[in-house]
Amino acid sequence: MYCAAGDFYIDPSRPVPRAVLTHAHSDHARPGHGRAIVTLDGERVFRSRLGDRAPLETLDYGETVTVDGVRVSLHPAGHILGSAQVRVEYRGEVWVASGDYKTVPDPTCAPFEPVRCHHFITEATFGLPVYRWPSQRVVFDDVNAWWRTNQEAGCTSVVLAYALGKAQRVLAGVDASIGPIVTHGAVERLVQNYRETGVEMPRTELVTDGGGRLEYTGALVVAPPSVPGTSWLRRFGEVSTAFMSGWMLIRGARRRQSFDRGFPISDHADWDELLAAIAATGAETVWVTHGSSDVLVRWLREQGKDARTLKTSFRTEAAADRVDAILPDSTS
Amino acid sequence: MPETIALMLPPAKQPARRPLAEWVTERFIPLRQLDAETQFSAIAAAWAELGTDERLVWNKMLTGTFRVGVARQLVTRALAEVAGVTPEVVEHRLTGDWSPTPQFFSTLLQTDTDDTDVSRPYPFQLAWPLDTDLDSLGDRMRWLVEWKWNGVRAQLIRREGQTFVWSRGDELVTDRFPEVAAAAESLPDGVVIDGEILAWADGTVLGYGDLQRRVGRKTVTAKIMRESPVVFFAFDLLEFEHGDIRYRSLLSRRALLSEVLECLDAGGRARLTLPPGVNASTWEDVAARRDDARSHGAEGLMLKRLESPYAIGRQRGAWWKWKSDSLTIDAVLLYAERGQGNSAEPYISYTFAVWRDGDLVPFAKTHAGLTDEEIAEVDRFVRANTLEQFGPVRSVVPDLVFELAFEGVERSSRHKSGIAVRSPRIVRWRRDKRPEEADSLSTIGAMLDAFENSRSGES
Repeated sequence: MYCAAGDFYIDPSRPVPRAVLTHAHSDHARPGHGRAIVTLDGERVFRSRLGDRAPLETLDYGETVTVDGVRVSLHPAGHILGSAQVRVEYRGEVWVASGDYKTVPDPTCAPFEPVRCHHFITEATFGLPVYRWPSQRVVFDDVNAWWRTNQEAGCTSVVLAYALGKAQRVLAGVDASIGPIVTHGAVERLVQNYRETGVEMPRTELVTDGGGRLEYTGALVVAPPSVPGTSWLRRFGEVSTAFMSGWMLIRGARRRQSFDRGFPISDHADWDELLAAIAATGAETVWVTHGSSDVLVRWLREQGKDARTLKTSFRTEAAADRVDAILPDSTS
Repeated sequence: MPETIALMLPPAKQPARRPLAEWVTERFIPLRQLDAETQFSAIAAAWAELGTDERLVWNKMLTGTFRVGVARQLVTRALAEVAGVTPEVVEHRLTGDWSPTPQFFSTLLQTDTDDTDVSRPYPFQLAWPLDTDLDSLGDRMRWLVEWKWNGVRAQLIRREGQTFVWSRGDELVTDRFPEVAAAAESLPDGVVIDGEILAWADGTVLGYGDLQRRVGRKTVTAKIMRESPVVFFAFDLLEFEHGDIRYRSLLSRRALLSEVLECLDAGGRARLTLPPGVNASTWEDVAARRDDARSHGAEGLMLKRLESPYAIGRQRGAWWKWKSDSLTIDAVLLYAERGQGNSAEPYISYTFAVWRDGDLVPFAKTHAGLTDEEIAEVDRFVRANTLEQFGPVRSVVPDLVFELAFEGVERSSRHKSGIAVRSPRIVRWRRDKRPEEADSLSTIGAMLDAFENSRSGES
């Protein structure tokens, strides 16, 4: 996404001179930009991902910076620590790019704040009406029960979750009194970042690569989804694995994964959250990107909204050229 | 669909804690009697009281897609053990139309086996694939040799002035075959005939698709009856003069069957008749008939011991099925799917393709026919030659060629390849063949033409 008036990009997929980054997941935060505006809350995790010397400029939530006459500010998106919606104002016209977001409470990051705007660019990763997350309490009760059952059966519980964001949310959500919690190196480094930023995390113990059989029966292991089949995981002996993802709401998706359990814990807005978030912006135009954008666009149109699909891809190079000029330029 | 609906519905307002029995007897079964509008409000009311998981089960029950992975026979045996009756009695009581009510359950388990349900069929006897020499069967004249048809195995029941046609899937299909039911009106009362329904016109078997048109719908129109006429080939008599005669020999049952069929007029006999015979007086003749079964529209032969009583289920020794050698096609492995469970499960289910205009078109999926060693070898190939992965399915470099056999091949507009194959299985791994040497759709088309021609030539 390119803002012509301010000559900067939001979450560009290739190196640019000036970027605003919504959050530190790798499909949004690529290395190599001339300078990048990020939130102060997110600085440490951004540095873990982009390198200590990455040229970051930090903003507090709600703080405004002026870039070539365009007022830019960042507002909590509730997705992961330091995630932001980008508010762009030029000559009285306000655009908000949501980045990835959720509106349900998450103790590991600042809660989502609706921002009034004329044009709202929303993600729609789970933009289908089948996606409505069960209450987090219920899901975490299930996770705790699964952990206890494994403990009684004498096996180790392995949570597979994205190293940044999901892993920390799981750590904050589980009942740490059940047993010891062990982390994989990819998770532990980011847990440290969270702690340094002031997010409370339970006690964790790092298990590094190499070495022999470990005695962690009854523990909860938090690791990235890539570990099944590796020697790192084999060292724990008998394990029960669980994958944490919004996709796990669907039986077919649970079955296709080769994990013992799947818990529907998502850092993205579900269908109801998307609709509520869109309504709260008061936007005249809604641009939908990522995921099931066509379904959400169609639904919004049927409700009389001016909604459009934003053809963009944060993931493929080929698509990056086509998406540049959608933010207001100086003539609009 | 049941899951999508369960997920889409707004959360339940007042989740109710009713026992399953109450849901089934008071909410589910009465739905049948309601008109569409009342049904809808009853279903919506149920949804309002159910949580997401319960809705999924409810929806699956409604749509007839609720499955439990337990073999039917195991359930039958368990119930029989609990009730202290023979499995046959339980099977008998489980066949046909029943509702899951406490009353039915007590009937199911009652020790008094004097059941009177007028529509109740007998359990079918099934054949075992022939796995022994013909000579070991002894005297040819002690055996009845018949064509093995590929139709709908069925029982025709005529009791108390009513007619019932049951398929082997325990489905009452009387309405799908009105001409058979009409023919049965002239039968004497108290008979049950075992046979096979085929789409049949002018002395020739029509395609299985014609039969499907009859089976696949609730009401059969005059147009469908005209375009896809059927015949009931009667090959056994299980009940005569209201008495169970299954204990009698096949020879005497067949004699009675001919007598019973004598009661029909010419019109009735066109729809309900003994099947055409197989002309084979020696075992050599029998083997020769098996080779040309396809030209008769049959898939092989049935060998039935004339002195055998009518048994329940698949029994060795009394009935043998001896299918003709199948059509075979050399095809290329295109996709592989791993077994259920974790990612270490081997890739055991394969999708095969043949050529069309330089592209490989998938047309058959099977997992049957490889040895464990071959499965392990294919598994290694799949993992090392993956092009794309979709969940448990991988597309692979098209390199391996297998010879596949089929029970049948038919044209089909519903399949991308334009053909539908029945019961494909792997005959052998053609390590000697390169993928370019695999068959093409046009080869299969030519096979179909030859097959169809040979059949119309015979008639």
